[in-house]
Amino acid sequence: MTLQAKFWKGATLAVALSLAVGCHHSKQPLSNTNGLDNAPTSEQPAPTATLTADPLAIDIGQSLVLNWRTTNATSVVIDGIGPVPVNGTQTVSPSNSTTFRLVAKGDGGSTEASVRVTVRVPVVPVAGDSTANNEAGGDMGTDAAFHQNVQDVFFDYDSFDLRPDAQQAALNAARYLAAHPAIKVLIGGYCDDRGSAEYNITLGENRANAARTALISAGVPASRIRVVSYGKERQFCSEENETCWQENRRAQFNIDR
Amino acid sequence: MMQSLLRSAVLKSSSKQYALAFAVLCVFFSPLLRAQDTFHLEATNSTDRIRIAVAAFKPQSADPATSGYKNTFDTTLFADLSAAGIFDIVSKSLLPPSAPGNQAEMNLAQWSAAPASAAMVAFGNLAVQNGHIVVNGFLDDAKNTQFPQVFVKQYSEEASDDQARQIAHRFADEIIARLGGGGVGIAETKIYYVKQTGQNKEIWEMDYDGANQHALTHLGTVSLSPRISPDNSRLAFSALGREGFQIKMFSLLLNRMVTFPAAGGTNLSPAWAPGGNQIAFSSSRTGDPEIWTSDAAGNIARRVTSFRGPDVSPVWNPKTGAQIAWISGRTGLPQLYIMDADGSGVQRMTDGGYATSPSWSPNGQFLAFAWDRKYGPGAPGGQDIYVMEITSKRWIQLTHDIGRCDFPSWSPDGRHIVFANTPDGKAAHTRIMTMLADGTQKRALTGSGADMPNWSWK
Repeated sequence: MTLQAKFWKGATLAVALSLAVGCHHSKQPLSNTNGLDNAPTSEQPAPTATLTADPLAIDIGQSLVLNWRTTNATSVVIDGIGPVPVNGTQTVSPSNSTTFRLVAKGDGGSTEASVRVTVRVPVVPVAGDSTANNEAGGDMGTDAAFHQNVQDVFFDYDSFDLRPDAQQAALNAARYLAAHPAIKVLIGGYCDDRGSAEYNITLGENRANAARTALISAGVPASRIRVVSYGKERQFCSEENETCWQENRRAQFNIDR
Repeated sequence: MMQSLLRSAVLKSSSKQYALAFAVLCVFFSPLLRAQDTFHLEATNSTDRIRIAVAAFKPQSADPATSGYKNTFDTTLFADLSAAGIFDIVSKSLLPPSAPGNQAEMNLAQWSAAPASAAMVAFGNLAVQNGHIVVNGFLDDAKNTQFPQVFVKQYSEEASDDQARQIAHRFADEIIARLGGGGVGIAETKIYYVKQTGQNKEIWEMDYDGANQHALTHLGTVSLSPRISPDNSRLAFSALGREGFQIKMFSLLLNRMVTFPAAGGTNLSPAWAPGGNQIAFSSSRTGDPEIWTSDAAGNIARRVTSFRGPDVSPVWNPKTGAQIAWISGRTGLPQLYIMDADGSGVQRMTDGGYATSPSWSPNGQFLAFAWDRKYGPGAPGGQDIYVMEITSKRWIQLTHDIGRCDFPSWSPDGRHIVFANTPDGKAAHTRIMTMLADGTQKRALTGSGADMPNWSWK
């Protein structure tokens, strides 16, 4: 679970990077045609190559189409597939996230192009999780699993600083959220019912934002998080004792539907 | 130092309008000062107040509804003049048995002599004619035997119990305007507040005396912090929606919500500049809750504060419009601050505890706020209403041992403060109370479930 989660975080990042990098690669040979590097073989233009994949991300078992175009190339090889025609398409169905790398060689030299495709592997469901998937085919998980992994953060009296235990909880939460990319999170900021209503709403806002910052630091994209401060409205309990007050001094996480 | 400050305050107050508010405060300060002639000259207590007799009005129509409206009118007029805080009202049991309906029927000697010993007499008649209540109200100076009449006013409104009360309010305000040292009456003012119904809170309106309580909004969510515009036409507040609390606007002229732009983060606690062309509010659109200002339509938003920690509950100096008082948690527990409206000249006013909910007095010289001076887990503190003189930062405590108090709001004449009180500390038992600005004459205006009062402008 943990390894997968880490892998996934890495994979997401890699896609983002490879998109940018892939684009750069495909243009490089063009810009090099006038460059000094190619001067020794000036009679022969350097080959160019592009490689794209559609779609860039699939669920395991699904397939995608690789599409490549080269110019001035005599032999083209794609890693994992082998020698291929200079221009062509191929349907592949990788079982892991893969970087397809194309090497085109010609009289003018050689060039490379690559594309990273992501394969989404379903997370091993936690106990009681099997009916959780929603109609979108996503992996929203159950509320129970969510609350087990993404635990509410509690605060000290009149404070919006995260306690050390809350920092660890944020890391756990981020791991679970990375494994369930379909989940969006609603963070509610709450206060105990002492103090004044208006001030408590701003305090709740700062509490929810502290929890949000911790999640973002742990790698959860900001776009997946919504923050609402309730202050001392909509409280969990109303007894006048420390247990209840502590219960109310929290940033609560919910699946944002 | 203190003496000179207060003396200058008293001298400035010779504009009369706010003399009483100063006087009552000075009564509290005076034990600190030893004998000071200036204070004795200004101090007002019950023996210095104008002694006024309020006669039962004379019914002058055969319509069976007359006596009902007359009772409502009499009760309201008596309550208005009692609540004004500037009169020594002649007890009903000391009044002469006659009920003069006009100047010819008035025998002033009966009223100026003991036991009534009235200096002023309010009297008149009430009739129901063609579905209208017609009231003739007289005010006589009982000591002036030659030309006793101060004024006479005629009122005519469609017949209803509410209009009988409104006419009484207008007559009372006329009397207060004549006798109140230049200060306007508040009997026609309104109080806006938050009414809890189940999980939801809506904005309600009532007359200043607690009558005529009714809902304005029906949003089905949590609405907080109503603030009425200086022209009494619009009500700014904040309501909980999908994106958290946002500033909302209700038009009292159109009797419906009007659009106000939403912004990122939590936006709450609006406050009107005295000109009505600007509002200040707390917004966390940049992450941390700060004080912002915008025009009355919510445009041209500008950030005023920039310190980590909550900044909330701004209120403008209603006299100058050049300063803002607000609550900041930048040093930990919330404290009361003031600054210029552009964010410069920040001054901390409270020296500890837990201070919230400021309200700036109409004359610009005092701040009322809620303060728990011994705040903390297990601390013995209670949250009470305080008034602070801004130049000296000296304060007096207005409520004692009546439970948790919050959200003070000054009346437009500066003589009264309305506030929220919960006798047992439970939020559900919060009610709205009123008092004079010296802490006397406390009484409840509502039952449980009413909170966050805001007094209308004159």
